[in-house]
Amino acid sequence: MSEELHDVRLTVNGTTHEVRVPARRLLSDALRHDLGLTGTHVGCEHGVCGACTILVDGAPMRSCLMFAVSAAYHELTTVEGLANDDGSLGPVQQAFMDCHGLQCGFCTPGFLTTITAGLRQNPHPTHDEARDMIAGNLCRCTGYQNIVKAVERAAELAGTAAGESPPEPPRPGSAQLPSEDRDEDTASTGLGA
Amino acid sequence: MKPAPFDYRRPGTLSEAIAALAGEPDAKVLAGGQSLVPLLSMRLAAPSLLVDINGLPGLDTIEVTGEGDEPGVRVGALARHAAVLASDDVRRVQPLVPLALADVAHATIRNRGTTVGSIVHADAAAEMPVVLTLLGGSVEVEGPSGRRTIPADELYVGPLESSVGHDEIAVAAFFPALRPGAGVGFEEIARRHGDYALVGAAALVEGESVRVGFLSVSDVPTVVDLSGVADDELGDAALAQLEPMDDIHATAAYRSQLVRVLTTRVVRSAQEMAREGM
Repeated sequence: MSEELHDVRLTVNGTTHEVRVPARRLLSDALRHDLGLTGTHVGCEHGVCGACTILVDGAPMRSCLMFAVSAAYHELTTVEGLANDDGSLGPVQQAFMDCHGLQCGFCTPGFLTTITAGLRQNPHPTHDEARDMIAGNLCRCTGYQNIVKAVERAAELAGTAAGESPPEPPRPGSAQLPSEDRDEDTASTGLGA
Repeated sequence: MKPAPFDYRRPGTLSEAIAALAGEPDAKVLAGGQSLVPLLSMRLAAPSLLVDINGLPGLDTIEVTGEGDEPGVRVGALARHAAVLASDDVRRVQPLVPLALADVAHATIRNRGTTVGSIVHADAAAEMPVVLTLLGGSVEVEGPSGRRTIPADELYVGPLESSVGHDEIAVAAFFPALRPGAGVGFEEIARRHGDYALVGAAALVEGESVRVGFLSVSDVPTVVDLSGVADDELGDAALAQLEPMDDIHATAAYRSQLVRVLTTRVVRSAQEMAREGM
């Protein structure tokens, strides 16, 4: 039995691609296998881990919980689309580098896309809001403290790039961690702030 | 973890979608897909045909009803959880809806998943079926013989099974408005933030009437009447009408304890809202 194939036009990071896929092709697989965009990682493949999160019309969604045929009508952004126009790291990527926000890196693409959208919606998250922003993504290296720091650092970097006055004093619970958390952070990474 | 093959149609009108379902008893409707796609990937379901309704016009609506109709909010089949949760109208008219939606999975899932889809998926561990049942809401479905309204108390017939026909499409859900002087509360306990609840409870207090709905306690959404029960007996009175289940996630004894604790908490918050207003 030959399976029916569908011609689908996918718009990813501003570029239009034509693919011919069966209806059951997950969007995550279409990105990786058909388009070669292997920056999007596939972890649990049932929506729990968040590694495959991409932006669909700017909103984070699980690419493993969509079919490629349903994605034709949307603008998709993957981790490959998060760099600045000149090829340098985007603010969230730079923040992950600055804060040691990744270890093995497997979960990172999902975090980067989720945080990119989260900061557009809430450019100045509090510490709690930063934690909540990434609550739907799992990091099996358990490097969460530095990922939360990276959210706060990315907010600073994005604010500066957008022409906001850079020396915004850290609000309580924002850029600075509460003291009870800070000791733990330093101890767990050895990097301090 | 790949779905079995299926045929796929993406109709442009509701009547085409209904026509596509006719004669395909194993077809499924695809809206947000946040519950359906994992079932397909794990091959717990293998429909012959998916009818993708994401291209249908006019179904992403969130409307306040009243003026002749019963006051409430009507949520269309393509309104995403995130949009319903963000709606000031919904919050004002029926605050239980956003209270419960905030506990539906994570923001990323809520960006794609639909409220109506969650309701007709009929998972007894999900929040919105309980909310609809407790409030006495309804679902509008359309099929080959036209449109009909299914009251919530006739909607859930078994685990993951609703009374929506295989040739029908749920087009909207209706949540009645909170009456003046009434209050609601919602709380759930899950092992991980955003995960399925071990037990969840929703309360509706209207004058002397106290009713509480439970998720993850039985295999269908369950509502118990606790009117006239003293405050310190609420949990036991609820348990007397329930038979919490054992499963891999929690023992029946632990679930019973959660029922006791959550019943008291949600009734208290609903009473506070009733007293103080929203």
